[in-house]
Amino acid sequence: MTVSVAEENYTSTRNACKLCSPLGACLVLRGIEGCIPLIHGSQGCSTYIRRYGISHFREPLDIASSNFVESTAIFGGRENLFTALDNVTRSYKPEAIGITSTCLAETIGEDVPMYLRQYLASREKGGRDTKGLAPVLFYASTPSYKGTHMDGFHEAILAAVSALAGFGERVPVKTDRINLVSNFVSAEDLRELHSILQSFGVPYTLLPDYSESLDGGTWETYQKLPEGGTKIADIGRMGEAAGTVYLGIPPGKKDAGKWLEENCGVPLFRRELPIGIENNDAFFSSLSEISGKPVPDLWERQRSRLIDAYIDGHKYVNGKRAVIYGEEDFVAALAAFLDEIGVVPVIAATGASNPGFKAHIQGALKNTRRDVEILDDADFVTILAHARELAPDFILGHSKGLYLSRELGIPLIRCGFPVHDRIGGQRILHLGYRGTLNLFDLICNSLMEAKQNQFDKGYTYL
Amino acid sequence: MVEVLAARKQQVLEKGKDVFNIECEKPSTAGSVSQRACVFCGSRVVLYPIADAVHLIHGPIGCAAYTWELRGSLSSGPELHRLSFSTDIREHEVIYGGEKKLYAALKELIGAYKPNAAFVYCTCIIGLIGDDVEAVCAKVEKEVGIPVIPVHSEGFKGTKKDGYKAACEAAFKLVGKDDITPVSKTSINILGEFNLAGETWIIKDYYKRMGVEVTACITGDGRVAEIGRAHRAKLNVVQCSGSMTYLAKMMEEKYGIPYIRVSYFGIEDMSKALYDVAEYFKDETILHNTQELVKSEVNALLPKLTEYRKDLEGKKAGVYVGGSFKAFSMVKALRHLGMETVVVGSQTGSPEDYEYLKEITNEGTIILDDTNPLELSGFILEKGADLLIGGVKERPIAYKMGIGFCDHNHERKEALAGYEGMLNFAREVHTSVTSPVWKYSPARIKAAEAAQAAEAAQAAEAAQAAEAAQAAEAAQAAEAARAGKEILV
Ligand code: SF4
Ligand code: SF4
Repeated sequence: MTVSVAEENYTSTRNACKLCSPLGACLVLRGIEGCIPLIHGSQGCSTYIRRYGISHFREPLDIASSNFVESTAIFGGRENLFTALDNVTRSYKPEAIGITSTCLAETIGEDVPMYLRQYLASREKGGRDTKGLAPVLFYASTPSYKGTHMDGFHEAILAAVSALAGFGERVPVKTDRINLVSNFVSAEDLRELHSILQSFGVPYTLLPDYSESLDGGTWETYQKLPEGGTKIADIGRMGEAAGTVYLGIPPGKKDAGKWLEENCGVPLFRRELPIGIENNDAFFSSLSEISGKPVPDLWERQRSRLIDAYIDGHKYVNGKRAVIYGEEDFVAALAAFLDEIGVVPVIAATGASNPGFKAHIQGALKNTRRDVEILDDADFVTILAHARELAPDFILGHSKGLYLSRELGIPLIRCGFPVHDRIGGQRILHLGYRGTLNLFDLICNSLMEAKQNQFDKGYTYL
Repeated sequence: MVEVLAARKQQVLEKGKDVFNIECEKPSTAGSVSQRACVFCGSRVVLYPIADAVHLIHGPIGCAAYTWELRGSLSSGPELHRLSFSTDIREHEVIYGGEKKLYAALKELIGAYKPNAAFVYCTCIIGLIGDDVEAVCAKVEKEVGIPVIPVHSEGFKGTKKDGYKAACEAAFKLVGKDDITPVSKTSINILGEFNLAGETWIIKDYYKRMGVEVTACITGDGRVAEIGRAHRAKLNVVQCSGSMTYLAKMMEEKYGIPYIRVSYFGIEDMSKALYDVAEYFKDETILHNTQELVKSEVNALLPKLTEYRKDLEGKKAGVYVGGSFKAFSMVKALRHLGMETVVVGSQTGSPEDYEYLKEITNEGTIILDDTNPLELSGFILEKGADLLIGGVKERPIAYKMGIGFCDHNHERKEALAGYEGMLNFAREVHTSVTSPVWKYSPARIKAAEAAQAAEAAQAAEAAQAAEAAQAAEAAQAAEAARAGKEILV
């Protein structure tokens, strides 16, 4: 048996509260116009990721695979990758191919950047049968054993930006252009971010943007690369922006925001996901700062409507106790929002292994600090064990919380990803003042419904 | 024209037009967006329904996370199978090996859930870092006294079919463990029935009414102890033959149990499945019971089907499922609804399977092995299908192309097996195909226009041909008249 150093406290993960890196990367790649994801590794991962994404978005989700077989795992995946690139180019005619790796490819130490250089050289010399097509290629290294789907998500953004945003040469004209790097949010959220950005009246790049490609309309014929997505040219312009707002605090040492700052001198504003009044205020004010324009009146009105709703519903939520779980940044934003309305997030959990998570959540809780269990590297069995003691009133999180809800007999209010046991998961609005309002209404109403159902006579007015 | 990758040309054929033997049972082409999964997937779906065993997935988290509750297999008792256990290995173990973690995880899970067996699925990376999973399993088995069985399901080591084989090998290790519980003289095992949406219960009830005992269902609503005495049943009835024939063969070899292959989908196949068993036992009572059962079920079912058939007559369907046996039954079942299958394929068919598909389908039917979204969507439109039967990944393809869809996959919640399953199937097909929403679909509108144009062109052509024929006839008549005249003269 292999001898292992230290680490004797091994446990299994039971009902994981996280997903693997290439999934996050693929979503980003689907959010770039004309780009197709290609997973370098064995077939299964790509199929599972497709299936998982489809069950939430209910849209086709074409992801190619370089399809390792036994000999590939032994001799390396160069030939498979080359064949895959040829075939994907010929059949999908993409403008870009984003390559993301699996654990397997990473473990055998595939030097993908080198392969890509060789491939490009061969293609330039006419050595590849790609019908004269020459998509841009870029690569995100996404070994899942090093992180979760969120690591893959941020990694793919960095890969796209560093490949496409013209490095080094900062365009002399300082524009009022905004870069907005989004987090893993719903398609509806991305549409809301578009409305917000548009309202400032300056050019912008929103990356990634799968608002159309993963929540589009009907088709006349099969769309190989569904419409929508951040334009490659717009990613190319990110280096000339007046500032980057990066939503969610990326876990990595190096992320696209930092990259743009270091290589192109674009100032970076890290912001929490805009859920809750304070997070939104911070978000809007950075947009205002970058663009040099005041926050449009429209949003002031939304904000005021949200506060009005907070007041209308405060009685139903203040002092209530919630379980929240999911991606670190998403949970932090939810925690801040719940804190604003007086709900104690008695459990805030993430499946990611992140020592900074505790401090992050504590920082989000300005009003309450009592009775909060903050768990990183958690699975649903652990969450349930903690929840039993803490008597929560409701659960706010994705579909995998159904077991908690059944076991604890409390409502599950679905948000985040995946929501695959309801229609419209991709259309849940969480962000902005409007998104917050949506979540607030959902919470109040489901608490009221729970109460209504418990009261044997029922009650018909507030 | 539907584009097919050069490397896949031999995996797609049109009946009546192309004459070659379909190429199959090979790994998916690199860079094609294959609809199929991996070896692990094959093993996982077969063993999953064993509800009193711990299923531990050894590897990084993805493989486990994506298959949590993937199958709709129900259990009448314990529900351990519905939980997702993983060693969730990290970088540290990738470097130093995952054996210690595996050992700890097994001890922890077996201690906490008191299962009757444990399966350890090896995923890609485990095959690579070379953990001695056999040794760890043997050690834990000795310590805890329940079977702890490694399943060699490294994703890259073949196709889903190889995963079936690995699962059969794992299940076979449980067979023969219990040699005391009495088993009837007319008893069978059901192999390859997974109790999706409770289908095993439907099938078991039929056999019970026939007077046949079911010793074990491997693996629907499965229990370790049942599989342990399966070796003493008199006949193995294999339903999902793609996945379980291998186990049947092993049991035949070691325990001398013969096997037959059946399908529980559709009226003919379901009835044949029951009659085949009855005939095997050559028992008057059983035969009589079977006749009665089939008669009463079919008589009750047919009038209800006729209702649905009224609306479905003449509609066309595409079928793309995992196993080809399922595809055969679907072609026949659709025929009962008045529907023709115009596109059909599977992820794992063998050459014989595709030959048989060729036999039972009409001229012009497209037959595909290991397809992808581009081909599938193209053929659906080209052949004018109104319905697609498939799994989750096929669903949005159908919907975007503006046609109905029926789930025939692991996770479905409607029972489709047996006579009542046929009725559910008909209802689901009917509900989807007759929904008024399709008329708003652009793909459908375009297809209708194209069909109309084709019809008009055909009519014009026919008119032209008729005219030409008339002219020719007239000319002929004139000629004949002339000839006649000549003769007369
Ligand atoms: S965890 Fe790694 S090996 Fe497993 S599905 Fe994800 S990428 Fe593939
Ligand atoms: S191909 Fe390998 S890593 Fe990917 S899902 Fe299958 S077993 Fe897991």
